[in-house]
Amino acid sequence: MSKLVQIFSSRRTWAWPYVLFMALFVILPLILVGVYALTDIDGHFTLHNFAKFFTHSEAIQTFLYSLMIAVLNTLICLLLGYPAAYIMATADFRTPKVMAMLFILPMWINFLLRTVATVELFNMCGLPLGEGALLFGLCYDYLPFMIYPIYNTLQKMDTSLVEAAQDLGANRIQCFWKVIVPLSLPGVYSGIVMVFMPTVSTFAIAELLTHNNIKLFGSLIQDYITTTDLLNYGAVLSLVLLIIIGVTSFFGEHDANDGETIV
Amino acid sequence: MAKTDFIIEVNHVSKQFEDGKYALNDVSLQVKKGEFVTILGPSGCGKTTLLRCIAGFQVASSGVILLKGEDVTQTPPYKRPVNTVFQKYALFPHLNVFNNVAFGLKLKKEAPETIKKKVRRALKMANLTGYEEREVDTLSGGQQQRVAIARAIVNEPEVLLLDEPLSALDLKMRHDMQIELKELHEKLGITFIYVTHDQEEALTLSDRVVVMNEGKIQQIGTPTDIYNEPQNCFVADFIGESNILSGTMIRDKRVEFCGQEFDCIDTGFGQNNPVEVVIRPEDIYVWRREDEKRGKILGQEDDDYEDRVPKGKFTKWYGEVQTCIFKGVHYEMRVLTPDGYEFLIQDYHEFLPGTEVGMLVRPEDIQIMRKEHYIYNYFEGEVMKNGKVRFLEAEWDVEEKQLEGFEAGDKVQVRVKFRDIDLQDYEEEGTLSGEVHFILYKGNHYHLTIRTDEGYDLYVNTNDVWDDGDRVGIVIKPKDIKIDKPTPAPSQEGEEKGTDR
Repeated sequence: MSKLVQIFSSRRTWAWPYVLFMALFVILPLILVGVYALTDIDGHFTLHNFAKFFTHSEAIQTFLYSLMIAVLNTLICLLLGYPAAYIMATADFRTPKVMAMLFILPMWINFLLRTVATVELFNMCGLPLGEGALLFGLCYDYLPFMIYPIYNTLQKMDTSLVEAAQDLGANRIQCFWKVIVPLSLPGVYSGIVMVFMPTVSTFAIAELLTHNNIKLFGSLIQDYITTTDLLNYGAVLSLVLLIIIGVTSFFGEHDANDGETIV
Repeated sequence: MAKTDFIIEVNHVSKQFEDGKYALNDVSLQVKKGEFVTILGPSGCGKTTLLRCIAGFQVASSGVILLKGEDVTQTPPYKRPVNTVFQKYALFPHLNVFNNVAFGLKLKKEAPETIKKKVRRALKMANLTGYEEREVDTLSGGQQQRVAIARAIVNEPEVLLLDEPLSALDLKMRHDMQIELKELHEKLGITFIYVTHDQEEALTLSDRVVVMNEGKIQQIGTPTDIYNEPQNCFVADFIGESNILSGTMIRDKRVEFCGQEFDCIDTGFGQNNPVEVVIRPEDIYVWRREDEKRGKILGQEDDDYEDRVPKGKFTKWYGEVQTCIFKGVHYEMRVLTPDGYEFLIQDYHEFLPGTEVGMLVRPEDIQIMRKEHYIYNYFEGEVMKNGKVRFLEAEWDVEEKQLEGFEAGDKVQVRVKFRDIDLQDYEEEGTLSGEVHFILYKGNHYHLTIRTDEGYDLYVNTNDVWDDGDRVGIVIKPKDIKIDKPTPAPSQEGEEKGTDR
């Protein structure tokens, strides 16, 4: 009996379900992607699919285009999100609550529904769907992910640091660029990572907002994976995307931990 | 332009917050060039607000602040020739020591060579040579404090403002830094304005001390003035230990307290006027009574009457030692007199509890202060239709005979003795509730200031022991409430000083 109690009171025991979950739904799929990428349709080892990617100009173009859209979206979100976060963090105590509410409100609804609604909105206003609509939709969906991390770092910032800068002769603009911005960089990095990563692999938003006219890398992967005989090639594309995302998140983490290097 | 002698002049500055409370209430202060001035007071007394108004982080609601004769009341902080050392250092975590110190100089666009030279000099002054490349979060508290000081003085400000700079350091470190700050002040020759709640720090460091409480300046003076001649009970109680007793000024240089008359050196308090008497515990001479009876004044063989107890016709009084605690340099004793007055005494000799002792104090060590309020609380009131009287935003039962000659709606003056206010442990039991705001031990009773929830102060004399911040219920028996016609009455609020009653 006491042995049972001991087992159940051990932290290790309680970790098991999570370990199992992660093994099944994170590690195993990753291995599967790797295996599929390195085999042909009959299960034999091959590098042919990798070679195909590097000579497949449509895939590479879509890949670059997706990267560009993601970078652009991240940039727009940053430019719109930083001031919003700054206003929220510095305003008096009632304003941020209202503003945070307004930003969080759309997130109560599933993003697919929101995207469909955006399509209707564009149709109603007689605006053409396409690249512009795509960027609008992406920005609409991912802006909160940029605002929150920045808002968090700004809000936690010691106000006496701002006062110290003013005390040492910095006017408002100097104070902003020399103290507030450098100190909020960790938030900016996590905002970038949180917006960039999902945008680069998105496909549903692109399909809906461009009537399937613009293909993003995510759509491409989806196409191949749902086509049985090209599953292995789709796995290669997934792997490429995974590596890109992995690299960006690594950069983000590295910089966030060591603010000094970028300043 | 008329040059003034003062580098900083604070003229009638008030700072009122949105809720109507005053952080600063008509504060005036002049500081000479090169002076080391300390603003001392308990937390929430407004000392930091005053400093922040001088630095420019807060703008005074009314009044004027002059720096070198120039009005800077509305000037933003970055345009003021002052620099601040912040309480929690406020070092920039994204910059190393060198760049922290160079921050101000870089903003002024000084040449890189000059910056290097100046930073090196400032770091040397702060005893931080060799730390240039260190990250600030790898430094100890004391080192961070030095960086903060270097960062401020490198800009060669006219005034250095220090906001409780040593409060985060441990005791030993604090003492070392005190000495360093004092030396730095001498070396730089600039004005230091130093905010602290630590009276020892204030007395050690400053040329002048400004004692503040509740947004008002209580006293300004040299450390010795503040210690030896406190102007009111708050200062006497806040600075060092003291015996504060109610007494009567019989005539000039003659005062009565704890049932006896004493010679003193104070004049100008009128005749037979109530006063407060302050005696520092180390100023009371004490000896064993049985030795006196045997013709020997002192407890120890090698002691000499001439050496220990001053000669002359001094009033002596007697009591019994209650407690005796060894405090390192001296013993601290509580002595109770037969008529119930307790005295705190510090002496190098030990007198065990139960010992009958004699005491005396030299006339020059008796400090006399005006009584700020006396016997009665006065309130503005109004007679209600139901035969009650409304004051302190509550309705009270009173005796009928008190209301003779008054009609409902009449404005009246209500008088309640300090002694007659009962305090209850449970606030629900009182007509009003409030909290214990200030406690003064007056030898044989406690004199409390109770602040009601509506923000009124009332004074209570009691023998019960209460703690600062205790919640209490306030009860006044109908027979203890006296009603008078409203006269231009001595108001109890605000004008504590100088009202002779």
